[in-house]
Amino acid sequence: MAFNITAAAPDPALLDLPWDLPLEQWPADVVAALPRGISRHVVRFVKLSGRVLAVKEIAPRAAHHEYRMLRALSGLDVPAVTPVGVVAGRTDRSGDPLDAALITQHLQFSLPYRALFANTLVPDTASRLLDALVALLVRLHLGGFYWGDVSLSNTLFRRDAAAFAAYLVDAETGELHAELTEGQRLYDVDLARTNIIGELMDLEAGNRLEPDTDPVAVGDDLLARYLRLWAALTEEETVFGNAKWQVAARIGELNRLGFDVGELSMVGDETGTALKIQPKVVEPGHHARRLLRLTGLNVQENQARRLLNDMDAHRHELGLQDESEEFAAHDWVAHVFEPTIKAIPADLRGKLEPAQIFHEVQEHRWFMSQQEGRYVPIAEAVQHYVDQVLRHRRDEASLIGVDTLSLPPVPDLPAPPP
Amino acid sequence: MATVTFDGATRIYPGTERPAVDKLNLHIEDGEFLVLVGPSGCGKSTSLRMLAGLEEVNEGRIMIGDRDVTDVQPKDRDIAMVFQNYALYPHMTVADNMGFALKIAGMHKEEIRKRVEEAAKILDLSEYLGRKPKALSGGQRQRVAMGRAIVRQPRVFLMDEPLSNLDAKLRVSTRTQIASLQRRLGVTTVYVTHDQTEALTMGDRIAVLKDGLLQQVGTPLEQYDKPSNVFVASFIGSPAMNLGTFPVVGAAAKVGDSELPLTRATIAAITPEDDGKVTIGFRPESLDLVDAGTAGAIAVEVDIVEELGSDAFAYGVIPNLDPTASLQSPQVIVRTDPRAVPKKGAVTHVAIREGEQHVFSAATGERLPN
Repeated sequence: MAFNITAAAPDPALLDLPWDLPLEQWPADVVAALPRGISRHVVRFVKLSGRVLAVKEIAPRAAHHEYRMLRALSGLDVPAVTPVGVVAGRTDRSGDPLDAALITQHLQFSLPYRALFANTLVPDTASRLLDALVALLVRLHLGGFYWGDVSLSNTLFRRDAAAFAAYLVDAETGELHAELTEGQRLYDVDLARTNIIGELMDLEAGNRLEPDTDPVAVGDDLLARYLRLWAALTEEETVFGNAKWQVAARIGELNRLGFDVGELSMVGDETGTALKIQPKVVEPGHHARRLLRLTGLNVQENQARRLLNDMDAHRHELGLQDESEEFAAHDWVAHVFEPTIKAIPADLRGKLEPAQIFHEVQEHRWFMSQQEGRYVPIAEAVQHYVDQVLRHRRDEASLIGVDTLSLPPVPDLPAPPP
Repeated sequence: MATVTFDGATRIYPGTERPAVDKLNLHIEDGEFLVLVGPSGCGKSTSLRMLAGLEEVNEGRIMIGDRDVTDVQPKDRDIAMVFQNYALYPHMTVADNMGFALKIAGMHKEEIRKRVEEAAKILDLSEYLGRKPKALSGGQRQRVAMGRAIVRQPRVFLMDEPLSNLDAKLRVSTRTQIASLQRRLGVTTVYVTHDQTEALTMGDRIAVLKDGLLQQVGTPLEQYDKPSNVFVASFIGSPAMNLGTFPVVGAAAKVGDSELPLTRATIAAITPEDDGKVTIGFRPESLDLVDAGTAGAIAVEVDIVEELGSDAFAYGVIPNLDPTASLQSPQVIVRTDPRAVPKKGAVTHVAIREGEQHVFSAATGERLPN
């Protein structure tokens, strides 16, 4: 097969990469970093046209399959790395065939799980990662995607206020179906359980796990959390009595979990006393969508929750309850959010996403106020946060190829206020 | 260890008419290596997933040993899906990498150690058990991954195209490794591939599927020697069998200028639907170069000759074909002695070796008796 590039939005600069060399031999001036850990395939990060790309060398069939899967996932609006293209039909300088290359875009501000465990002081990390992974898995399954190799290493995490948001990175074994069978879903979860326990046991062997964390218990917990979330999102429920209130309660519960209800089926029984309700279409991102509508800010779900709460507080503080929500939102962006972000020195902005910085400033302010027993104004909190915290953080915009065993501890915040 | 039985197992995807797997009846013996093979969309992977519990069985049932597992969850079926892309954990020893799943299952330490040591012996990894994966070669790491499935001692191994992501060289060596390992372990194995060479070299028996229907089950040699229909004939063997449909004249098929005699049993099996024609098949390696005058000699005008050292293949056309005749591929392939290769452009004559001519119904494609 002749040399060919499959790409949705081809970047001509791709042609400059040394495709006639095995990935392992790519020169240092091309490669931005090497990934760490034992990988099944050769992977390299390259900087191209201002972006960081991950290049993975695999068999052509697998490369095209994974590219198609990642494209499909982005169509389903599931958090996953963005595919850039497949380079196939490669030959080396003596004309011998080389494996294909799958190119994906490096996810900005994403963290591999090992980087999050580089510090054993952060309580509850495993549990927070698990929540993110369960949410991702449920979203994939709702979309008919069977992952086939769920693990922490096949996932990237982004900070999302006090929680994490998970992104699928490796879709090699994935399959897209019209709908998944129960067997497929539960097998996927079982694989996840086994892999995660293995990964945590590995951290344990490397003295990277909090001593109180029991890998097997974490794995078992994954199944329980998955089943709970799946049931909340899909289960049929029979309600009696005041149906209106109970339907509203179910929708409210789904909103609280971060989902909007696109379609709800309500079927009355013959006697007219009971009503069967079942969500048919649920869409994640309830808070993120609301924030986007009000402010134009596009952030992650828990960050959105945080910002919306702050916006509500601002509205009450200024007595804007009688104004429209849109007006209050506009006022909050102009007088609270933007000044906070602008107060961050430009050279420190690559450390975290703006919404994450805002969240951390608010946390920081809360702790300062607690400690000093006074109401700390935001401007003072920002300055203190920048000097005491942000300046000492590692740059997370493109944390790639870092030997996670030698990383400095993440000066993460203590647990959020209740 | 156990037998595996598909008993009229059917899978119909919601919203589709044609079953993805249609009334599959297949009995796999204890310890057997069975390969499911066919082109994409034939139902081979679906069949394997039905056995794994990943696809629903809409009709019929599936048994592992004497147990009906049709409605049993995948993890309770006592099977192991083996795939080559297991991750290895860098801080854990080879022994822990192999045995951690047993630890999760709450197995006693002593038993885990025993099983890991046994598996390591089979995999030639005994001396590496205390080391970290980083110290191993690529091939050894792959064996550790295999070991992880072996220590579970499942009743059945399931493998879905495990070699498809490997490069050509590694594919051949891993193929041999898996086959020999399976024979040493004696665990019933169901293996899915689209590659007929993989199927022929690995399986005790092969089941060929097409459009959700089982075409033929048998040993590699049976499939090669006696394909039960035109599809199997064209699918098994590389290069593919020469196949064409030719008019029957008297008691012979008219192939170009020559007449290939048909037996009485063959003639008797021809039906009106066949419209006076039969499909004849002969493998490139079933042909001898002969003189023009030899009985049954077929003329071939040679277009291209491929010399491969150990073999040579001549590609050509049969002149003066009857207008009602049709060939599955326009060119006929002839394997010849690399030291006596026909010249490009020349007309050469070939004869089908005794007993190596295949005859099929022109209407149904089914094999006709000889």
